[in-house]
Amino acid sequence: MKKLAIGLYAAVTVALMVWGYYQAIYVAPNDAMQGEIFRIIYYHVPSASVAFLFFAISLIGSIGYLGFRRNHAGWAQVSDAWALAGAEVGVVFCTVVLTTGPLWGRRAWGIWWTWDARLTTTLVLWLIYVSYLLLRRFAAGPQMQTLAAVLGIFGALDVPIVYMSNRWWRTQHPAPVFGGSEGSGMAASMVGPFLWNMLAWFAWGVMILGIRYAVERQQQKIAAREAQAALDEGSLI
Amino acid sequence: MMPRALWTHLVKDLRIELRTLDALVSMLFFSLLVVVLFSIAFDPRGVFSQQIAGGVLCVATMFASVSALNQAWAREIRHQVLDAQRMAPAPGAELFLAKVIANFLFVTVVQIILAPCFLIFYNLHIVGQAWLLALVLPLGTWALVGNGIFFAALSIRSRNRELLLSLILFPIFIPALLAMVQATTAILTGESDPTLWIKLLLGYDIIFTTVSLLLFDVVFHAE
Repeated sequence: MKKLAIGLYAAVTVALMVWGYYQAIYVAPNDAMQGEIFRIIYYHVPSASVAFLFFAISLIGSIGYLGFRRNHAGWAQVSDAWALAGAEVGVVFCTVVLTTGPLWGRRAWGIWWTWDARLTTTLVLWLIYVSYLLLRRFAAGPQMQTLAAVLGIFGALDVPIVYMSNRWWRTQHPAPVFGGSEGSGMAASMVGPFLWNMLAWFAWGVMILGIRYAVERQQQKIAAREAQAALDEGSLI
Repeated sequence: MMPRALWTHLVKDLRIELRTLDALVSMLFFSLLVVVLFSIAFDPRGVFSQQIAGGVLCVATMFASVSALNQAWAREIRHQVLDAQRMAPAPGAELFLAKVIANFLFVTVVQIILAPCFLIFYNLHIVGQAWLLALVLPLGTWALVGNGIFFAALSIRSRNRELLLSLILFPIFIPALLAMVQATTAILTGESDPTLWIKLLLGYDIIFTTVSLLLFDVVFHAE
């Protein structure tokens, strides 16, 4: 039953992706100013939304782990799995954002990159969560989950500060001239494809997140079994 | 005046450092090297030097501090001192704060010694209010050292301990670095008002010091 539901969800997700692609490339009209190149918005903005949501999930997982680890070990492990899955898949989507953005910017505005509030914050967000993943890789032992959870909270705390500081930085100095921020005054004919793609990429992101979470839970259970086996072996001697 | 455990830890760290001067000497020399390297990389002349001096000073402080932070917990790792500290009834937050204060003092000493060299190498004349530097630099240093000691404690038991510290510290430190550089440049060139950046630094310090104090015991006793 569960496998059937997951299979059905995967099929629906793929269908949504195909429909979204059709909508984005064939149905949506050309942009008045940018022509064809603006179509990357259908991948760029949904990826950004998914990344931010998953980082928020990671934060909740980190808080949950710290809260539950003394009294509800099972829930703590679940929270930690969400924290890791959210961070990892979030980093992937954030990478997509940071790659599609410059590709678009180069063609639309003639520049690969600029250090304005939004771009800098996204880059720093990416850096923070990559450092989180590195901590998880390099830290050894049972305390790794606790340390990672603490870093997750620190990192999330830093993000609004980064955003505000960069806003102030950019209002003090002249900002480069853009051709208008993405999504501003979107024509009605474009809203449809945009929403379809939002839905499709959310569905895809959630599917990947779910898979990653399930894999992490399996790995946790295997590790626990191995630890128990080692303990039993020791007690026989 | 100060909680007893905090005072004890602080005096201990200061006394050990004063005997060997390990951290101070290495920090001093390293930051001097960084200043020279930047001068070769960016050729500071005339007006340009005024504009980049703030950035160079802050980045030099950052790299120098990391060399001190890397060995901040080294003493506690050897001879199982860390375990002894954990078993002591004194709150972990006081140990943390004492280490932060001690390392803050070391970095400040380095900055004070470095400042005249800086003025000479870059031919600086301070256009804005010079006394504000005495506010900006300590605030920025506290942000760096406070977070640095915390993340150094995070990475104690990992392989690649020293590298991991930098990788974790630098992204989170970015807004404080921005504020410190902008404020210092504003004071040196006198072209803009540093007040906003000073407020940002103050806010950053308060937020992260509070969170570090609250979460340090979690990290310290993580097992």
